[in-house]
Amino acid sequence: MDAQAARRTLHARRWLPIVVAVALGVLLGIAGFTFRYAEGLSYFSTDPKACANCHIMQRQYDGWQKASHHGVATCADCHLPKTFFAKYRAKASNGWHHSKGFTLQDFVEPIQIKRANAAILQASCLGCHEAMVHELVSGARTDRDAVECVHCHAGVGHGERAGLGGPLREDETP
Amino acid sequence: MSATPPRSRRGLYVAILVLVTAITAGVTALLINIFERKAEVRTPYVRVVEVSEDDTDPAKWGKNWPAELDSYKRTAITTHTRFGGHGGNEAVPEEKIVRDPWLKRMFLGYAFSIDYRDRRGHAYMLTDQEATQRLTKPQSGSCLHCHASIMPLYRKLGDGDPFKGMDATSKLTYQEVSKMLHDGGAIHPVSCVDCHDPKTMALRVTRPGFIRGIQALAASDAPVPALASIAQWRTGARDRAYDPNLDASRNEMRSYVCGQCHVEYYCSTKLPLTFPWGKGLRVEQIESFWDATTFADGAQFYDYAHQETGAHVLKAQHPEFELWNQGIHARSGVSCADCHMPYMREGATKVSDHWVRSPLLNVNRACQTCHRFSEAELLARVDVIQQRNYDLLQRGGQALVSLLDAAAAAKAKGATPEQLAPALALQRRAQWRLDFIAAENSMGFHAPQEAARVLGEAIDYARQGQIAALAALAPAATPSATTPAQGSAAAPSPAQGSAAPVPPARGSAAPAPH
Repeated sequence: MDAQAARRTLHARRWLPIVVAVALGVLLGIAGFTFRYAEGLSYFSTDPKACANCHIMQRQYDGWQKASHHGVATCADCHLPKTFFAKYRAKASNGWHHSKGFTLQDFVEPIQIKRANAAILQASCLGCHEAMVHELVSGARTDRDAVECVHCHAGVGHGERAGLGGPLREDETP
Repeated sequence: MSATPPRSRRGLYVAILVLVTAITAGVTALLINIFERKAEVRTPYVRVVEVSEDDTDPAKWGKNWPAELDSYKRTAITTHTRFGGHGGNEAVPEEKIVRDPWLKRMFLGYAFSIDYRDRRGHAYMLTDQEATQRLTKPQSGSCLHCHASIMPLYRKLGDGDPFKGMDATSKLTYQEVSKMLHDGGAIHPVSCVDCHDPKTMALRVTRPGFIRGIQALAASDAPVPALASIAQWRTGARDRAYDPNLDASRNEMRSYVCGQCHVEYYCSTKLPLTFPWGKGLRVEQIESFWDATTFADGAQFYDYAHQETGAHVLKAQHPEFELWNQGIHARSGVSCADCHMPYMREGATKVSDHWVRSPLLNVNRACQTCHRFSEAELLARVDVIQQRNYDLLQRGGQALVSLLDAAAAAKAKGATPEQLAPALALQRRAQWRLDFIAAENSMGFHAPQEAARVLGEAIDYARQGQIAALAALAPAATPSATTPAQGSAAAPSPAQGSAAPVPPARGSAAPAPH
């Protein structure tokens, strides 16, 4: 009896770690492949093509090719902060929201910029143009209703506003 | 004995195993999801059946393009907006001529005074036509130019030439052409093949009526600010006729395919189906085209003789394409499909919504892709435009009824046709303009200022006509009293309008409550 139980536990002691190790290996392999297949590395670059990987921003990408800022700024130049920590914080937060929205297909269309990202954008405008506009806008954004550069200059980044409406919602069909 | 591992360690291994298994399953699901999205982009459609020019059944095309067919089938869903779409019950749309009695009065002597109902979606265009009481009067086979997917029959009747085939159907009755289609075994309302090339799926126009009409427009010198490819063609060698399928831009095609049917035309038996664009697309340009058109017997063109007054009047069909051409959206390069069939997303791909319907039911995709305002705000803006148009339209209806009253009374009291002629010429002008906006399906939205201009002229001509009819009865009427009303064959010049007498202010001209 005792000998048998001891043999069993010895057996379990040997194979359980192996199974776990194999499972971890499979996970690492699949996760690594998925990351590669989803072009995960491209998101660490500043190549504008990466922003249209999932095609949701294809129109913005296309529009940027013809827009006035094409020669002087890429997506990341306007839409990401300049400092390391803030930049990767913004990348992580946007990356999470975009992946979740695209995978679950539950985001609002036409897509709209969110408050935090609008603040980053405004800071980027001022980053280049502050010398010219400092009389017009204060750098501080304590006033939520402060007018933003793109309120009027809406087309400088990616041309006319053009988006896609989403798929039919349930409440649209009887 | 000492070899027995602690139970907790074994439990830990099992817990890790379960966790890793769950995560692996999740990551695999994500991988498959990414794979599917990528596949959607790479292969927008799979051609599982071959389709040809003779396939008018949308179900067959739907095997290759299921998303488009799905949305096309939704045109069977009942929709209505404040001014459009069907009131009435699920089966039968409401009668417009009951809701607005002046419409019935205006159409007396024409089949539209028998039955004229609210529209339904594309899915019903054929069955509603087969059911209308207008068919109790003789109707031409030309009607099926638009109400059925008819190109194979046109080619058959014309020995391969659809233009000849179309001309042949104008001499046949509606019932004869309808029977040919039913006997052919495939009678469908507007179908994929009417707008898409079966080989490439590219947009193309097929309807002979449209092609002739747009060629006549291109050959004229009427300004076409919204149709750049026509202006471009005019500057070229002009050694061949304008060909929309060759010359038009992709964006123009997104309006042309709709313009094959949503237009003003003549479709009775005395002439082949005609799109009246040879002098331009504006209301008075089309009027002067009709005024200059004669029947085989040499008489001036008219659609029907008004039952009460005997005036030879015009019936406007539904000139959406023409009115859109006068508006700011057309001028800004916004096509019909941009608002009525906006792009929508399906996974990682985009498709045109083939559930053709009012943009007011689809503000998010139709309007907000360009206009940065809330849905409520955009709807409110449209409502202001349409309400103003509706009020003017009703006022126009009242004015026309006053003209008909005065002309009928003059006739009853023995006014001669010569005495009545000026009033009847003005009836033709007034009615044409009023009907142009009443029959147009946007309640003025496609070109608000143009619609108001046209209605303003309609009201002015109606009141001038009323004065002319009253003058016809007056025993001591001097010739000068009727001078402004002398209608010539050509369209009246704007200067003539300014010299016209001011119609008397009357309380009865207030818009009728609805």
